Amino acid sequence: MPETNELLQLVPKAEAKQSMKDFKSDQEVRWCPGCGDYAVLAAVQGFMPDLGLAKENIVFISGIGCSSRFPYYMNTYGMHSIHGRAPSIATGLATSRRDLSVWVVTGDGDALSIGGNHLIHALRRNVNLKILLFNNRIYGLTKGQYSPTSELGKITKSTPMGSLDAPFNPVSLAIGAEASFVARTVDSDRKHLTSVLRAAADHPGTALVEIYQNCNIFNDGAFEVLKDKDQAQEAVIRLEHGQPIVFGAEGSKGVVRDSLTGDLKVVAVTEDNKSQILVHDAHAPSPTTAFALSRLADADTLHHTPIGVLRSVERPVYDTKMAEQLDLAVEQHGKGDLAALLAGNDNWTVVG
Amino acid sequence: MTSQVSSPAEQADEAGEALVGGQRAPESAGTGGKEIRRLDRVIIRFAGDSGDGMQLTGDRFTSETASFGNDLSTLPNFPAEIRAPAGTLPGVSSFQLHFADHDILTPGDAPNVLVAMNPAALRANIADVPRGAEIIVNTDEFTKRPMAKVGYETSPLEDGSLEAYNLHPVPLTTLTIEALKDFGLSRKEAERSKNMFALGLLSWMYHRPTEGTEAFLRAKFAKKPQIAEANVAAFRAGWNFGETTEDFAVSYEVAPASQAFPTGTYRNISGNLALSYGLIAAGRQADLPVYLGSYPITPASDILHELSKHKNFGVRTFQAEDEIAGIGAALGAAFGGALAVTTTSGPGVALKSETIGLAVSLELPLLIIDIQRGGPSTGLPTKTEQADLLQAMYGRNGEAPVPIVAPRTPADCFDAALDAARIALTYRTPVFLLSDGYLANGSEPWRIPELDRLPDLRVQFAGGPNHELADGTEVFWPYKRDPQTLARPWAVPGTPGLEHRIGGIEKQDGTGNISYDPANHDFMVRTRQAKVDGIEVPDVEVDDPAEARTLVLGWGSTYGPITAAVRRLRASGRSIAQAHLRHINPFPRNLGEVLKRYDKVVVPEMNLGQLATLIRAKYLVDAHSYNQVNGMPFKAEQLAAALEEAIDA
Repeated sequence: MPETNELLQLVPKAEAKQSMKDFKSDQEVRWCPGCGDYAVLAAVQGFMPDLGLAKENIVFISGIGCSSRFPYYMNTYGMHSIHGRAPSIATGLATSRRDLSVWVVTGDGDALSIGGNHLIHALRRNVNLKILLFNNRIYGLTKGQYSPTSELGKITKSTPMGSLDAPFNPVSLAIGAEASFVARTVDSDRKHLTSVLRAAADHPGTALVEIYQNCNIFNDGAFEVLKDKDQAQEAVIRLEHGQPIVFGAEGSKGVVRDSLTGDLKVVAVTEDNKSQILVHDAHAPSPTTAFALSRLADADTLHHTPIGVLRSVERPVYDTKMAEQLDLAVEQHGKGDLAALLAGNDNWTVVG
Repeated sequence: MTSQVSSPAEQADEAGEALVGGQRAPESAGTGGKEIRRLDRVIIRFAGDSGDGMQLTGDRFTSETASFGNDLSTLPNFPAEIRAPAGTLPGVSSFQLHFADHDILTPGDAPNVLVAMNPAALRANIADVPRGAEIIVNTDEFTKRPMAKVGYETSPLEDGSLEAYNLHPVPLTTLTIEALKDFGLSRKEAERSKNMFALGLLSWMYHRPTEGTEAFLRAKFAKKPQIAEANVAAFRAGWNFGETTEDFAVSYEVAPASQAFPTGTYRNISGNLALSYGLIAAGRQADLPVYLGSYPITPASDILHELSKHKNFGVRTFQAEDEIAGIGAALGAAFGGALAVTTTSGPGVALKSETIGLAVSLELPLLIIDIQRGGPSTGLPTKTEQADLLQAMYGRNGEAPVPIVAPRTPADCFDAALDAARIALTYRTPVFLLSDGYLANGSEPWRIPELDRLPDLRVQFAGGPNHELADGTEVFWPYKRDPQTLARPWAVPGTPGLEHRIGGIEKQDGTGNISYDPANHDFMVRTRQAKVDGIEVPDVEVDDPAEARTLVLGWGSTYGPITAAVRRLRASGRSIAQAHLRHINPFPRNLGEVLKRYDKVVVPEMNLGQLATLIRAKYLVDAHSYNQVNGMPFKAEQLAAALEEAIDA
């Protein structure tokens, strides 16, 4: 990836230095007290000044759900749209206005259930969008039904005997949908969250950021194992491009490739196997290893959950190609001449 | 030409006797060789298998006829299947063309000439052909199996069942293969040109110019010159066959319709093409980039195809993953300041309805083009119908009024697109444009407009604060309305200081912030309705030369057949008034007064009475419906009979 994202250069820069306050709207934030969404909002508002873009050229578009109230709280342009459709609306905006930085805020229900089709197609097209997927593994706004990321057997209001649905792994799904940038982070880790947002903003094309987010009302503690200091050391694998994939107390554990299956597995790091520890390559052209990493976590305990940028590769961006086709058409046929178009090649004149 | 309701020609046109098969011949003129008869109009139907190239044949004959200067109207009719089993009734594809030396309105009720490329084509179309008409059949296909396939136990060419017609048995396949024997083509390849042979024959019969077709074939097959020349040879062989064979003793002339056309430059145009050009023109007139978000669906896909060719006009076309994403992308582009369009048909409208509701709430300009087809569900994808009117009017949750514009003829789709854009841009609202399969694929001559006569559609984006708070602070209120139009400001991202958030949740009047206040909701619902009710639309014009007591009221593509039926009635001494709606929401201001002027109001529709329902509800008028939902446009003769019955009832 180049140092500076050329597409980001198309978005006008802020004239004056910005602060977090500049990105707070005058609207009262109305999430439940203790909701993880507050932390994400603060992180985004805090990171925007670093990006340094003119705030009138930033647009947040959301669907429906708790997280989708997000745009109301950002002092940028914004649209709170309808359930699941934010990626398609954002696609129309981003492909017609390359001078805008377009962000989609969505949740696990919005993005993966009702809007699943739009999500995968946005990813495969590689439209220049940044998608923040707040995953709390529950339906919050409708008060506590299971979501497409809820664990099998989950007891909720709509599944009193346990959910029968196998969950999606959003990162695996995104990689499978040809995503060029996929990352995962956690609401409570402001520093990590910010670093991932920064990387997403820099990425030319669609960036999907899964944010594990706590719903303290309907699914409290869903990611506790990743947040609790004692447990997190064993549970969380922090990925950094170019670094060996190790975790645990003093890097005592690491990820190696199983020579028989090609799959990845966690091992205790020893002098003998140290050289076999996988070095994370987010820019690997093949998605195979990123996909294997996305499957590393234990679905029940969330142990061995990788966070960070799993995949970040450059490939043609839809909006750029669309703009190039328009330019090429003018080059080939000249700027559109309406009179000539209407006249066509086969006309006749009636004289009075 | 169908634009002049009260031209002198209307007295003569289609007013005539119930059509009989024989072609009306005002005068005959012999020439040195074969006899040439002059006709004032002809209806030809080409019919064959889906693979026989009948649509292409019809298109070419239409082009020849248009460039010759006749007035014309066409009716392509084809199956939804790409290739139904060969030689079967469901596989029959046809193209009907009506051309005349005067102003005409419809593709005609019944053909004077049927070209049947196989037994299925004969069987599927013979019921429409009046006795005395000419039938040209490809005898090569009338063998035992193809005939048995469509239920002919004996050959209709020999069993006397076609005695009442003027039958021309022509071995089209054999003659084509013979004509192409020096081209080194396989039998199968050579056979494919038989439609061009038939076209050549018909072109001779009706004195059509041929240069256009030859140039077309050479351009179409530019990369395969051998095939191009083979087709040209087949075309010429067909022409020469007509000239030399004794079976065709007479050829016909239909003089150019010079009287019917006001001065100007003309071309032939189909509804979908006119609509596409209308959208491009609207973008130019509004000085906004056109953005089409669409998903392929019959019979609307042609517009996606056409607009995709014109990227040098700055037109962006986005083929989305589904109907919902198509309109979603369009709405996103509208937020960004584009002239946004989505194109679809009835089933797609059903999928888009939630987003249309959002557009109503966001109050952004958006064109929703519905090329109606037979429904419900998948229905009849390639046939025409007007049964989406109530879906367009009411098919959303909540009170979600959307203006509706309906073109009346293929060429009128151009003006309707500009008008729909005017309403969308002026009032910041989604607008429905209801075309249909008949308009979409049918064609007619179109007087090409001068660009300086197109409407000015330029809009002013919001540029700064529009409201002063009590403390004197200047702020931007996204829902502060223009007092005249009730439109809200269009503040596009990238405008400093106007950052604002909009959404589908009810908004507070003025600020646009979320509001659950009951009184505010009541106010906003009424205001959105008042905005649509207040849209400026021209008064409906009534054509009533003889103070009739009965009014026939139509909308959309029934204009041609209704006007033709009205001409017939008037020619037979009956008086009837006619009005036709372009705007269905809101209705023209004078419509209530117009309706009350008449003892009887008859509303012919290709549905079960949807406009009639709206008229009855709004104006308490006892409107009578005359309905047809068979996938085809009304026939003027039947409609005239129905209207006469209504007058006498």
